[in-house]
Amino acid sequence: MLSIKNLSKEFPVEKGLFSRSNSTVKAVQNVSFDIKKNKVLGLVGESGSGKSTLGKTIMKLLNPTRGKIFFDNEEITQYNKRKMINVRKKLQMIFQDPFASLNPRKNIFDTLSEPILVHKLMDKKNIKDYLIKIIKDVGLNEESLSRFPHEFSGGQRQRIGIARALVLKPEFIIADEPVSALDVSIQAQVLNLLEQIRDSYNLTMIFISHDLSVIEYFCDSVAVMYLGHIVEMAPTKDLFNNPKHSYTKALLSAVPKVKSKNRNKIIIKGDIPSPINPPSGCVFRTRCPNPTHDCKEGNIEMGLIEVSPGHWVDQCCVNCG
Amino acid sequence: MRNTLEVKDLNTYFKSDYGSIKALENISFYIKEGEVLALVGESGSGKTVTSLSIMGLLPPNGFIEKGKIALLTKNNTQINILELSEKKLNQIRGNDVSMVFQEPMTCLNPTMTVGSQIIEVIINHKNISFSAAKKEMIELLKLVEIPEPEQRSTEYPHQLSGGMRQRIMISIALACEPKLIIADEPTTALDVTIQAQLLDLLKKLKNSLVSKTSILFITHNLGIVREIADRIIVMYAGNIVEEGKVSEVFNKPLHPYTIGLIQSLPEFNIENRKKIQPIPGNVPNMNNLPSGCNFNPRCYLVKESCKIQKPDLAKISESRKSRCFEYKQLI
Repeated sequence: MLSIKNLSKEFPVEKGLFSRSNSTVKAVQNVSFDIKKNKVLGLVGESGSGKSTLGKTIMKLLNPTRGKIFFDNEEITQYNKRKMINVRKKLQMIFQDPFASLNPRKNIFDTLSEPILVHKLMDKKNIKDYLIKIIKDVGLNEESLSRFPHEFSGGQRQRIGIARALVLKPEFIIADEPVSALDVSIQAQVLNLLEQIRDSYNLTMIFISHDLSVIEYFCDSVAVMYLGHIVEMAPTKDLFNNPKHSYTKALLSAVPKVKSKNRNKIIIKGDIPSPINPPSGCVFRTRCPNPTHDCKEGNIEMGLIEVSPGHWVDQCCVNCG
Repeated sequence: MRNTLEVKDLNTYFKSDYGSIKALENISFYIKEGEVLALVGESGSGKTVTSLSIMGLLPPNGFIEKGKIALLTKNNTQINILELSEKKLNQIRGNDVSMVFQEPMTCLNPTMTVGSQIIEVIINHKNISFSAAKKEMIELLKLVEIPEPEQRSTEYPHQLSGGMRQRIMISIALACEPKLIIADEPTTALDVTIQAQLLDLLKKLKNSLVSKTSILFITHNLGIVREIADRIIVMYAGNIVEEGKVSEVFNKPLHPYTIGLIQSLPEFNIENRKKIQPIPGNVPNMNNLPSGCNFNPRCYLVKESCKIQKPDLAKISESRKSRCFEYKQLI
């Protein structure tokens, strides 16, 4: 369904009024993966790891620096805005902050009907019935169509954000932290809703989150990102039961769990380095708990290798053990 | 073991265009010396208002109608914070009780080096010279495990990472060895690996130097509660709905809201891939609370009586309380 090859995104650093910038923020580096139809890929990582940039680059909201994006066997990397319009019909996004992504001056009916009019999906007279169906699918009532975003609670607004992504009947949705801004009980409601619409609309999804338990619950496979690189990628069960990369291990053990107290936590020291000047070689080496000599010196190139079927790990960490 | 803090029948209101809105209703609890008490609830449940009431930091439109907040000071006298003048309060804040906020960037002064901000607190409350205060400051930075403390103390907040800034906040809170530290979502804005570092630090501090210091830990993350707290209080719509030791409450919650909160966590539904059981509906508007029990519109145990009468916070055992008529069903 979607396949990306060696995708990189770099942002130039603004240096000053007159001087040209010569350094770049390396937000996403050499990322490749495929997603099959009706599967959900989770992207997990800390802030600054490049997960949102990756999502936006796939949407072509940002132009990739290098690499290729294939959607439905069609290369969309070089598509311009007009050509993208047709792709966007099938490729939609759900954002984290539903208040910032809804126009406060438009009522919900106008917000939801705009994409239909742009894409000339149906006659004006049919729109109302269609939107009533959509709004009921996301668990809101018909009256909400005439209301404005500020009249809704956070959870309801996120439901509207989901409805907005659904109106064009997309095949693919990128959900960028869709439940992170919500309280636990509301988060559970929205997660259930996403699961429902995934099944009823036959969606393929990329689900971006920093919350590992949400990812574990929702996704079929997971890619762990660190400083712009995917360091490990595997089917969800495999990744959570048998993590191979030191960073994944640390990340998994860092999550406080309610079920049982975790006494043998792996605590990695220090902070995530600056993406303007990432460490040479393996980007994780500055925080790695047991690096080999070569790794410490930064002599090892990064790259994923398959250790068991479908389970990809960065080659550097396979040697570090 | 004495109680560091005793809160009795605290009622806090906010003035608004629609009249006074109740934010806290008859909140009573205590914290023993050296204990970590977690205050848990969703946004709008009154956790932060409780902490601001204790610190005397309510915004201008907030007021405490009645209640008593008794704090054990460092010279072992009990004082009622609500009867103190602003000047007296200033002597207590930072000295006997201090606070760690959620967002360290907005709480540190961006125009001062972090070192001088710590020294300021020490000099304000202790009668010592600048050079002695500076020495103490370096010791504090070592205590919160900041590498190269001499160098770091000359830097400004924007030069530090989020985790470092929060360590600075903690060192300021610890500066005068207070009796009580109120930590309001101290790790919420941080990444999990950094959060793990800080929780580890807090645990070390709890077990070593500051063994007599109590911590009121406010959070919405139940996993953190499990890890760090001794006792837990669950709040809902301005009320305490459940209270108990952490292990007791997580093993056998005795209020439908607590049960709902725990079952909403994805971690409980992964193994058998069953659907999450969310709590239906939304947190009620404090301006328009339901009659009877505040939780009754969302409760799965609801009876007719719940819609008429409001349950009291019933004492179940020495350590446990629940605000539910039907708690016996849950035992």
